[in-house]
Amino acid sequence: MTETSLVQGADHLEPVGSGNGLLKRLLGMREIGLLLIILLVCLVMSFASPYFLTWSNFRTIFLSFSVEGIVVIGMTMLLIVGGLDLSVGSVICFAMVVAGKLFLVGLNPWLASLAGVASAAAIGAAMGIFVVRVGLSHFIASLAAMVIVRGACLLVTQGTPLSLFTLPPEFKFVGQGSLWGVPLVVVIFIVLAVVFDFLLRRATIFRAVFYTGSNERAAEYSGIRTKRVIFWVTVLCSTLAGLAGVIFMARFGSATPQFGVGMELNVIAAAVIGGASLKGGQGSIFGAVLGVALLSLVTSSLILLDVSVYMQDMIKGFILLAAVSVDHLMSQRAAREG
Amino acid sequence: MPSLLELESIAKRFGPVRALEDVSFDLRAGEIHALAGENGAGKSTTMRVVDGIVQPDAGEIRIDGKRHRIRSPLEAQALGIGFVHQEIALCPDVSVSENIFMAATAASRARLMDFSELERKSREVLAELTDVDPRAKVGTLSISNQQLVEIAKALTLDARILILDEPTSALTEAETVKLFNIVHKLRQKGLGIIHITHRMAEIFGHCDRVTVFRDGRYVDCLDVAQTTPEDVVSRMVGRKISNLYPPKLDGPAGRPILEVQGLSDGMLLDDVSFSLREGEILGIGGLIGSGRSELVKTICGLGPRRSGTVTLEGRRISISNYATALECGMVYVSEDRKVEGLFLDLPIRANISALRPTQVSTPLGLIDRAAEEAQADRLGKRLRLKAASLGQPPSMLSGGNQQKVALARMLSVDPKVVFLDEPTRGVDVGAKSEIHSILRGLAQDGVGVIVISSELPELIGLADRILVMHEGRLTGEVGPEAMTEETIITLASGLGASAAAGQLEGMAQ
Repeated sequence: MTETSLVQGADHLEPVGSGNGLLKRLLGMREIGLLLIILLVCLVMSFASPYFLTWSNFRTIFLSFSVEGIVVIGMTMLLIVGGLDLSVGSVICFAMVVAGKLFLVGLNPWLASLAGVASAAAIGAAMGIFVVRVGLSHFIASLAAMVIVRGACLLVTQGTPLSLFTLPPEFKFVGQGSLWGVPLVVVIFIVLAVVFDFLLRRATIFRAVFYTGSNERAAEYSGIRTKRVIFWVTVLCSTLAGLAGVIFMARFGSATPQFGVGMELNVIAAAVIGGASLKGGQGSIFGAVLGVALLSLVTSSLILLDVSVYMQDMIKGFILLAAVSVDHLMSQRAAREG
Repeated sequence: MPSLLELESIAKRFGPVRALEDVSFDLRAGEIHALAGENGAGKSTTMRVVDGIVQPDAGEIRIDGKRHRIRSPLEAQALGIGFVHQEIALCPDVSVSENIFMAATAASRARLMDFSELERKSREVLAELTDVDPRAKVGTLSISNQQLVEIAKALTLDARILILDEPTSALTEAETVKLFNIVHKLRQKGLGIIHITHRMAEIFGHCDRVTVFRDGRYVDCLDVAQTTPEDVVSRMVGRKISNLYPPKLDGPAGRPILEVQGLSDGMLLDDVSFSLREGEILGIGGLIGSGRSELVKTICGLGPRRSGTVTLEGRRISISNYATALECGMVYVSEDRKVEGLFLDLPIRANISALRPTQVSTPLGLIDRAAEEAQADRLGKRLRLKAASLGQPPSMLSGGNQQKVALARMLSVDPKVVFLDEPTRGVDVGAKSEIHSILRGLAQDGVGVIVISSELPELIGLADRILVMHEGRLTGEVGPEAMTEETIITLASGLGASAAAGQLEGMAQ
């Protein structure tokens, strides 16, 4: 290793968390910064558009990112452990197509969905084996899976959307219904986000995700079976993508073989805006949820402001660039001062 | 009394490299047992076998007289073995307290983390060592504090056998004293402690017995009370110490080649001035983090410069990047071959031609394979590089031959000044001696040679003059008459700076 430029002995004056540090630490948190940005966008928008501060607008925004948000939860955990999954868009579609096809051949929709989620988990397990046993990088393994699984979707459907209008209403309720006016998909997303955020922060077995991502060898020397951790997080990410797939199916009442193309980049962008590091070891579910919320908020604001659809992707790209650059520069400065 | 830990006839190969052969070792309860040997002698590999990181090809491990196979660090921990690694194995993004108790967390049956309990227990363990905040992320700590966290981590394991792999290499004197106080306390409690080091002062000041390794083999086990440092060193190197290093400069050094005045980088380096003369090898010593590497990197344009001047052969030069430094004839050879030095997967010849590919290019700018091969052949022969072919990647070579590839590349541009950062790290004894001769030969040919080394014997044996750094400043300059480990350690720890400053002035005349 190279020598560090830290002057020895200088950090006996510890910078972090000493005494009055709570407020400072709170303000230093990524999540708080994002929350402030989101509030700022809301404030500006409430003046810019009369429709912004309406219940139906917020309902639309929440609805638009909730299902994708489920995938972001898994992706964030995978990024923390040091992995990456480019196949989530294809896997969402695959779970949808498998469940839809099985329903069409007469299986109970709930069992069909279960099979869809299970097939997604199996894809995750296959990628995990290639990463952990064969030694491929997540990038390569999931790139291959992305292409293969998309091909499988096209093969199963012969390229035509499956029409599932015969799905029973109690199943469609999952995707289309509301509880006390709140769409059920939003409830599912929030529950999952809260549960996984809590687990990742506090549950003993989930801490191994951070340890492995931060320094795999150190984790291994501490008796953590890091390969196993990486494998299971890979499976979990795909499983959550599968879950999102069947919820999408319930919501739209159809299964399209082109569904979810390009979604992986949106999902990764949201996690990274929320503070996840592509190098592993860093990130939080709460941050990632705010990341996906911000992207979605910006999209719908641009629609309300009548900005061209063609501009929207560009603007989202610039937001990603700005968020990551600011974070990078700030952490560099912190390292120099620390 | 049965031994706490016994190794018998342990052997291990890594591909074609024989890392360990017929290694035996025994550790008693209540002793501090030094493991001495040069880099690559097999000390660390042996201990990695004990910790279950490396599986031996042959041999037996016994704990309390009972035979064990240790398949993982987890099993080693269960057997009461704690290991403080030389290269820091901590998670930088995770808090100090979580790092300290990572193994406990991994083995814990509790469903939820109790962070306040972890913090409380960490404070207890850390109290004896250092005053870092258990909530701080490890990545924000200095290297020496990270090392102390690593030690705290091993202390919490409730180990009966504690392995310390060069734990003091990144510590200050005061921290070293604290560490040994704790180690002596643990010995009184009946722990067996294995202390890997090549510092004679630590062996003779603190240890009960010393086992010496050389070239992956067990050489001898001695009672410290009944031996001398000279004896241990000659067993480490396998020959008389006197002819280990090439002869030094005979007579006064020539005209100055490189002069550095008031160099600062605004972060660590603070007003560093020195000069390098023709014919001499100039050594730079100091602890890790003292700014040794930063100094030479800054001269070569690899680090930021805030103020100061560099004069090469009487001409003031302004260098803002490494490409300019190369054009001026200055080459830096990194301490970290694998990360900063070589292209491990490219052929040897491409590695050698990389500094100035135009030398082996056709007028159209395409690489001329024959010319490239000829260049590599010429330099390889000069340095006695041993490789199956020049198309082989350096990743297949031993440490010593990898370093020769780096040196061949350095020579490919006919340098005026070369900066070598730990040129013999991870290099076996034979190649080490060859590298020293190569460097001496360069100095005799009029090339300016500056060598950074953490190994004091190497610095003393090789250099004609040694600059010592502490916290980014030059704390002294040691001429041939005052070259002892004690002098250098004193200066490196920042003590006696004023006395040395007088000496510095005297030398400058």
